[in-house]
Amino acid sequence: MAILEVKGVNKRFGGLLALDDVNLSVVENSIHAVIGPNGAGKSTLLNCFVGKLLPDSGTIMFNNHSLLGLPPYRINQVGISRVFQTPEVFLDLTILENVMIPALAHRDGAFHLAPFKSLSREHDIREQAERILGSVGLLEDRHHLASAMSRGNKRRLEMAMCLVQKPKLLLLDEPTAGMSRADTNNTIDLLKTISEDHEITFVVIEHDMTVVFSLADRISVMSQGHVIVEDHPDNIKGHPKVKEAYLGTTETA
Amino acid sequence: MLKTTDNKDRLMMIVFTVAVLAAPVILAPFGAGYPDLMQRFAIYGIFAIGFNLLFGLTGYLSFGHAAFLGVGSYAAVWMLKLLSVNIIPAIIFAVVISGLFALLIGYVSLRRSGIYFAILTLAFAQMSYNLAYSVLTPITNGETGLQMDLGDPRILDAATAPGQLPPPSLFGLEMGDTHYLSFMGLDLQFNVGFYVCAAILILMFYISLRIFRSPFGMLLRAIKSNQTRLNFTGVHTRPYALVVFVISGMYAGLAGALLVCMDPLAGPERMQWTASGEVVLMTIMGGAGTLIGPVLGACIIKYFENIFSRVNDVIVGNWFSGLPDSVGDFLSAIVSPFLGSGWQMSLGLIFMLVIIFLPGGLMEGVTRLLGWLGRLFRSRNNDDDADAPQSRKPPPDQRSSRPASPKES
Repeated sequence: MAILEVKGVNKRFGGLLALDDVNLSVVENSIHAVIGPNGAGKSTLLNCFVGKLLPDSGTIMFNNHSLLGLPPYRINQVGISRVFQTPEVFLDLTILENVMIPALAHRDGAFHLAPFKSLSREHDIREQAERILGSVGLLEDRHHLASAMSRGNKRRLEMAMCLVQKPKLLLLDEPTAGMSRADTNNTIDLLKTISEDHEITFVVIEHDMTVVFSLADRISVMSQGHVIVEDHPDNIKGHPKVKEAYLGTTETA
Repeated sequence: MLKTTDNKDRLMMIVFTVAVLAAPVILAPFGAGYPDLMQRFAIYGIFAIGFNLLFGLTGYLSFGHAAFLGVGSYAAVWMLKLLSVNIIPAIIFAVVISGLFALLIGYVSLRRSGIYFAILTLAFAQMSYNLAYSVLTPITNGETGLQMDLGDPRILDAATAPGQLPPPSLFGLEMGDTHYLSFMGLDLQFNVGFYVCAAILILMFYISLRIFRSPFGMLLRAIKSNQTRLNFTGVHTRPYALVVFVISGMYAGLAGALLVCMDPLAGPERMQWTASGEVVLMTIMGGAGTLIGPVLGACIIKYFENIFSRVNDVIVGNWFSGLPDSVGDFLSAIVSPFLGSGWQMSLGLIFMLVIIFLPGGLMEGVTRLLGWLGRLFRSRNNDDDADAPQSRKPPPDQRSSRPASPKES
């Protein structure tokens, strides 16, 4: 059963065809990786999922509802959360507040006005946030400002911010980019635990092959705006088209 | 931690209330204990609190907030002219009208952020100023300013005092009434108008506190911190920003109405860009994003404007009269450009010092001082020193320290 169905998506930036007839089908509760060399169109595709970019043509269906033209906050409200390539958190807020905000947005919707309600009365929200922070190992520091965190911890925090919303689909844009080997392994473990504990579908964009092959249930390989192969990891490794895309064995203009 | 925040807020509220109510006593030794100035402290305090809700929380810098002050003033004078000299309808009408005006301007301006938002609000305010100055003369009475006169209908109370122009009042209590008291060599003045303003200031401070501590306030701070992230977190940010913009405009309208209640005259200069700049200055000087900072900033700037500006060469000469003539003349030559009509020079100097050394405003200084005293106190007692969290809020283990005390309010 496909939770995310992408059909014939095109996106052109001036003279560059960034996405050229992209088709993708993500199975529910699986980890689906999208790989490909730089400039293959992976991030463009992801930006189309979350409403940052509008495709020129094609359809993107989530649980049989079209996502096209919806603003980012609406797409989040239907159950799609996103982790950014460089961690995007609220630097001037405490770690706990960072997680309470998505929890509130999940409970109250995109706009809910209660200007005189005291935050200290929101026990449920606070408990939810603290439980999630415990599971990513940030509970101790919850009253610190997010700006004081390391990059690896910011990534964890961002993950917690997504998880507290119980998303159906979690989009990860290069979750280990710029990380040390140890941090990368920690992130892999974290993602594995999350996918075992929660009923979440993942779409992971990644450069790091170790990450991809140790996590993914299914892999799509992109090159120059196309999805050239979509298959099980074992069949991807030796695939001639993939080698060609990465190593460029044949001359291309 | 949240529990202690609640307790600290309660304490802050009590200290603030007491300080405001005791202002005539506190301010008398500084020569600022006269009704006219104290009313200004309270009114511009309200103005700055409202501005801070917008700027301090969301980071949207409105450079046209004086427009709402002016609109509130005109609306209030019209109520005094048409209905009665009771200030209640004037205040309510002014708040409603300035709220609607803010809704209109905010709806357009909030489509942009940063410098473009500032320019848009500035443009709207200058437009309002010019309209009030010329085109809308039938409503605003142009550059003369709008005031009450004997021909006003005053539907509710014209009959009770025919042929007279009674001053604004609250159910018979005239705003200008002052009770004089001499106490330990100080002349204390307890003025009805000031206490009306003070009561409203305390209420407005409380509302601002509640907004700061609400989920709404937290979302507004998140807008300032990372609006993109907030949108991808499922929050529709623009309506939140618009709501706080309108609230902020209503605060300004309320301040404008109170100015009129104290002195029933509204002129277009109240909307000019310098007036908008002044409230930005007050908020940044006191500490944007803090609760008490804006009130503190308002008091300091109004104090400079009213007290420093009155010091003239003769007074300066008297200060140095004990010194030899040449030294005295030299000192007065250095000091006098910063006093009297040059009061803005010293204000500018202080503003620069604050921005450079205390970018968080004077409240940052207060917080640092309290933290330093707290550490001194703890190391004296050789207590177990639990590490203070690096939170922006003062650490929870400073229960002994009083919250930033609003001495100057």
